[in-house]
Amino acid sequence: MGESRKISLSVNGKTYEEEVEVRFTLADFLRQQLGLTGTHLGCEHGVCGACTILLNGRSARSCLMLAVQADGQEITTIEGIAPSEDEMHPLQEAFRDNHGLQCGFCTPGMLTTLIEFLGDNPDPTEQEVREAISGNLCRCTGYQGIVAAALDAAQRLREANGA
Amino acid sequence: MSGWKVFGSRAKRLEDPALLTGQGRFVDDIILPEMVHAAFVRSPHGHAKILGIDKEAALSIAGVYGVFTLEDLRPFLNNERLVVGLPSPSYKQELDRPALADDEVVYVGEPVAIVVADTRYIAEDAAAMVDVDYDILPAVSDCRAALEEGAPLAHSSSPHNILAQFDMGYGAVDSVFESASHKFSESMWQHRGGSQSIECRGAVSIYDPVEELVTLYSATQAAHTAKNILIDMLGLNETQIRVIIPDVGGGFGPKLVFYQEDVSVVLAAKILGRPVKWAEDRREHFISTTQERDQFWEVEIAVDDDGKILGLRGSMIHDHGAYTARGINLAFNSALIVSLPYDVPCYYMDVVLALTNKVPVTPVRGAGHPQGIFVMERLLDRAARELGIDRAEIRRRNLIPSEELPYTKGLKTRGDAPVVLDSGDYLACMEDAMERIDFVGFPERQEQALKEGRYIGVGLANYVKGTGRGPFETVTVRIGPSGKIMVYSGAAAMGQSTRTMLTQIVAEHLGGDMNNIEVVTGDSSVVAMGIGGSASRQTVTAGSSALLAAQEVRDKALKVAAHILEASEEDLEIEGGEIRVKGVPDLKVELGTVAHAVAGTPGFALPGGIEPGMESTQNFMIDDLTFVNGTAAVEVEVDPETGKVSFLKYVIVHDCGTVVNPMIVDGQVVGGTAHGIGNTLFEWMGYDETAQPITTNFAEYLLVSAPEMPHVELGHMESPTPLNPLGVKGVGECGVVPAPAAIISAVENALSPFEISIGQVPLRPPEIVEKIQDFKAANSQAG
Amino acid sequence: MKPPPFSYHDPSSVGEVISLLGELENPKLLAGGQSLMPMLNMRYVMPDHVIDLNKVEGLSYIEENGGTISIGGMTRQRELEYSDVIRAKCPLMYDALLQVGHRQTRNRGTIGGSLSHLDPAAELPTVCAAHDATILVQGPNGEREIPFPDFPVAYMTPATEMDELLTGVKIQAWSDGHGYAFVEFARRHGDFAITSAAAMLEVGGDGGITRASLTVGGVSAAPIRMNEIEQALIGQAGDEEKFRELCESCREIDALGDVYASSEYRQHLATVMSRRALVKAYDRATGKA
Ligand SMILES: Cc1cc2nc3c(=O)[nH]c(=O)nc-3n(C[C@@H](O)[C@H](O)[C@H](O)COP(=O)(O)OP(=O)(O)OC[C@H]3O[C@@H](n4cnc5c(N)ncnc54)[C@H](O)[C@@H]3O)c2cc1C
Ligand code: FES
Ligand code: FES
Repeated sequence: MGESRKISLSVNGKTYEEEVEVRFTLADFLRQQLGLTGTHLGCEHGVCGACTILLNGRSARSCLMLAVQADGQEITTIEGIAPSEDEMHPLQEAFRDNHGLQCGFCTPGMLTTLIEFLGDNPDPTEQEVREAISGNLCRCTGYQGIVAAALDAAQRLREANGA
Repeated sequence: MSGWKVFGSRAKRLEDPALLTGQGRFVDDIILPEMVHAAFVRSPHGHAKILGIDKEAALSIAGVYGVFTLEDLRPFLNNERLVVGLPSPSYKQELDRPALADDEVVYVGEPVAIVVADTRYIAEDAAAMVDVDYDILPAVSDCRAALEEGAPLAHSSSPHNILAQFDMGYGAVDSVFESASHKFSESMWQHRGGSQSIECRGAVSIYDPVEELVTLYSATQAAHTAKNILIDMLGLNETQIRVIIPDVGGGFGPKLVFYQEDVSVVLAAKILGRPVKWAEDRREHFISTTQERDQFWEVEIAVDDDGKILGLRGSMIHDHGAYTARGINLAFNSALIVSLPYDVPCYYMDVVLALTNKVPVTPVRGAGHPQGIFVMERLLDRAARELGIDRAEIRRRNLIPSEELPYTKGLKTRGDAPVVLDSGDYLACMEDAMERIDFVGFPERQEQALKEGRYIGVGLANYVKGTGRGPFETVTVRIGPSGKIMVYSGAAAMGQSTRTMLTQIVAEHLGGDMNNIEVVTGDSSVVAMGIGGSASRQTVTAGSSALLAAQEVRDKALKVAAHILEASEEDLEIEGGEIRVKGVPDLKVELGTVAHAVAGTPGFALPGGIEPGMESTQNFMIDDLTFVNGTAAVEVEVDPETGKVSFLKYVIVHDCGTVVNPMIVDGQVVGGTAHGIGNTLFEWMGYDETAQPITTNFAEYLLVSAPEMPHVELGHMESPTPLNPLGVKGVGECGVVPAPAAIISAVENALSPFEISIGQVPLRPPEIVEKIQDFKAANSQAG
Repeated sequence: MKPPPFSYHDPSSVGEVISLLGELENPKLLAGGQSLMPMLNMRYVMPDHVIDLNKVEGLSYIEENGGTISIGGMTRQRELEYSDVIRAKCPLMYDALLQVGHRQTRNRGTIGGSLSHLDPAAELPTVCAAHDATILVQGPNGEREIPFPDFPVAYMTPATEMDELLTGVKIQAWSDGHGYAFVEFARRHGDFAITSAAAMLEVGGDGGITRASLTVGGVSAAPIRMNEIEQALIGQAGDEEKFRELCESCREIDALGDVYASSEYRQHLATVMSRRALVKAYDRATGKA
């Protein structure tokens, strides 16, 4: 084992103290060391977006961060989006209703990115949604279901927030 | 559909909840105790002799368990080669891939050794330290150059670079062309890239020395194919290998292929006695996963004064890559499809598959059909232009009218069956698409736009595509004593909602409760045979078998229930988990009870002399392909200064027979369209003259992203096919097939003021600008 | 595709960074990681030591003082994008930022990283060239200021020495109401531009241009100021044909060429992007857009 460090971080509200190799990417740490395999690796060079997680609420590529850099930070992954085990987040519901996923491989990145985006822009246009996910590649859906899901979720969230 | 419970509805997908919450299980998500990780040493050269391999430095790294070359695997191999090519008499050479490179590497990315270590990180460190002594040989990169006199040989032991050659056709082509009044010829270059599923390939293998059992989890589209090749290569028997397909993050063709890495991982696990995982990374995917690539066509069409097609002929050179990883089907499909939607009195195509020092070529979503359709549609546009006939009109005059279906073409399928177009209304599809894009009103819009200095264009393309390739897909439907309905199939799921689709079909006949059904696919141990997911086939093959199995189980269940309830079968209905007497809801029996009754209790006779077990296994046999058809109509705007093409509207009207779930069908068509748009405007798998790949990451090889993707408007027609009991046709490739032809037609139309003709895919901005500049230069000289 | 082995350091002050740079063999600074991490994963760079700047204090700020905008080297692209100061005082940068990568890469990527990486097609170096920015670097001998024209010394090579780091950027705001435009041609939204043009114009009451800045990115090894065009623009009214004529000289730029875009294509795009940037900037200056 190469050089390693002890880190402490919060993932989906749970605190972890772990010894991690310094060259491990955050994605590999989440997947292999914490067993949170919902975050996917599609390119490991920052383009596909499948590995996107929320770092202190901001979307970020977990393949482009070292795990040691997450020391002391708060991470949310696809496993931590739903409010409870038997209830999905409105965005997840909207993805299911609008066929926003086929193979589901790009889905973790789409969800995390859109959660941040809908926070920034609760009432987006179709074009704004498309630009928000420009850094997330999907080979299955042609994006149409994803865009529909995002717009649908935006409406659900606005309604839930009494707008 | 009236009267149906769930069949034909936009039922929510059963696959989704797990995938949406991060609970999916893809191959790289499998984590086992003691598991170690593999990386591969790969050829950095297009063509070289291997003089020696020094593993010492790699083996000395802490955490490395082994470095294995072909030499090390040999003792375990019954057959060193991956014999996977689909049979064909047209082969000139048989070139199957070795498990790992022997003494010659023939493409960049070819695996030379497998390195196993504690982590993938260390495996990569060690792979870089394996010292392979190469003697570089001349490589052949361009498939046309490969056929030239004196070209370097892709394999130094081959007599030439022709892998296979065949022709096909019908009618008196030569005499027709001799007497035809109008003949137009075109040269075309068509290129398609990789599948680039967002999940790469991957494998996890476990060896159990007690049972002598090999288990392989693989991100493949075909579990049984993998199993059969492993049986052949390892000399094992059927019970010693189990291949399981976990969730698959997109397949699109290349995951159908069995690879060197699969067998290497299996053997490494056996040698080391520990589970071994290999997760392909994106760079590996670019250089070692099969792809589609180049076809060069020389084609000619003969038409009469009215634009009626008299004949079509030509030749095509197809880049096959360095080995045969699947067969000649891809090139065959391209040549076969060209004339299909139209009444073409005579046809001839000569095809050569050329060997190059590049990763093998196998089908990617669309499987050669977009290319064939492109040829036909481009030639029709050309003829229309030359004869001054409207592009839609020339198609109208030549499309096969619906009254003539079923229509037998003068061509044979790969399986030597006649090509019979089964059902559909091609003309109606085209008219619908034209209506939606306002094709008739377009010239006015174009004129207006031109006045504003904007270059807009419209294009359309008709297609048919054979789907539902047989011979069969096994499905077993079983009701257990718990009342749960189990569905087992050799089909494979890789994002096309196979589970939901099979559930809808089975539920329709067994109570309508989709939650009561459990589908198991992609496990070679649950059904004896299976073909897997390709050629838009699963709804047709597995769906039909599922229907028949569900119906048989239903009949059986009703018979038993009739016995129990002392009612007549006709008076019974299945609702949810119960069978009840119509109109007397209290008179009922649970499915589980019915299943229990035939489960066999020692000493008790089965009711009504029924066979034991509430189950049915069906292998619905498919002999003929069923042809989907459709029309894409596209409106684009081209920026002549930059060469950028943007979409103003994208319409596709298609007919895939009976629809099991419209939401899923729409998703498939739009997804395929995105792939087709990518192929037409973005994707290019580049190689230099030495056969070095030059596009090996997602910044160099461009997939279409959301902002570039238009909203796709869909229109549906439903002409059920008579060829299977569901009336369904395959839909997975519908979107991709017409896209290049329709888009290029639109771009050409937009650039008509510059008199540009386009015979290539992909078409990239610099090329558009160059064509415009050439026109301007020629005109300023002339003027 | 996993990073090679290295030692990891996360200093908390600029001073520590400088001493680490002096002590360690083959170190590499890590800022937002949006360019460095892909290169590490692909093993295109193999440092023995990675010095992480993310915990260094005092490198993330956006300040404005008397028309001088000061930006810390570790300021994230997202912070710039959402900064009122940038939007009001350096709108060209805002225009450019919307075309830099994607929201996830802007959340991490820094201005210092972008300038140090110095990709010829990157937007932020082009903005700095357009604004005659001053680059602040610190090394063992303290701080020094590098005028942007001296900052790129070769293809993707900044003038920062091995033992220095980039600590900040200073930009002089143009007058309120100046026209600006950042126009680029990229294959897809968020891709590095093949060619970009940044224009800023101040226009007098008579519609004549009084001050002009025109920069072309992505064509040559570093962003290039089109000085002759700038001079010729003075006194011109916003006539597109005149702009077109002037921008023709972009065809003489010593241009890069590769398999994705030939040098001729890039030169051609430079004429187009420059003209479009000037038109848009002029329209903005005169309130037409
Ligand atoms: C998918 C994708 C798309 C992108 N698209 C664009 C685009 O359109 N336009 C664009 O401009 N960029 C683009 N980028 C790159 C951009 O996001 C990076 O942020 C930027 O190039 C580098 O900044 P960074 O902070 O991430 O630096 P890092 O990646 O951490 O570092 C980059 C280099 O600069 C050095 N360095 C960093 N900080 C300093 C410092 N303070 N002093 C000295 N040296 C330093 C590092 O050692 C390294 O060599 C894209 C990236 C991705 C992954
Ligand atoms: S895996 Fe991180 S962006 Fe593709
Ligand atoms: S759903 Fe398969 S990649 Fe997006």
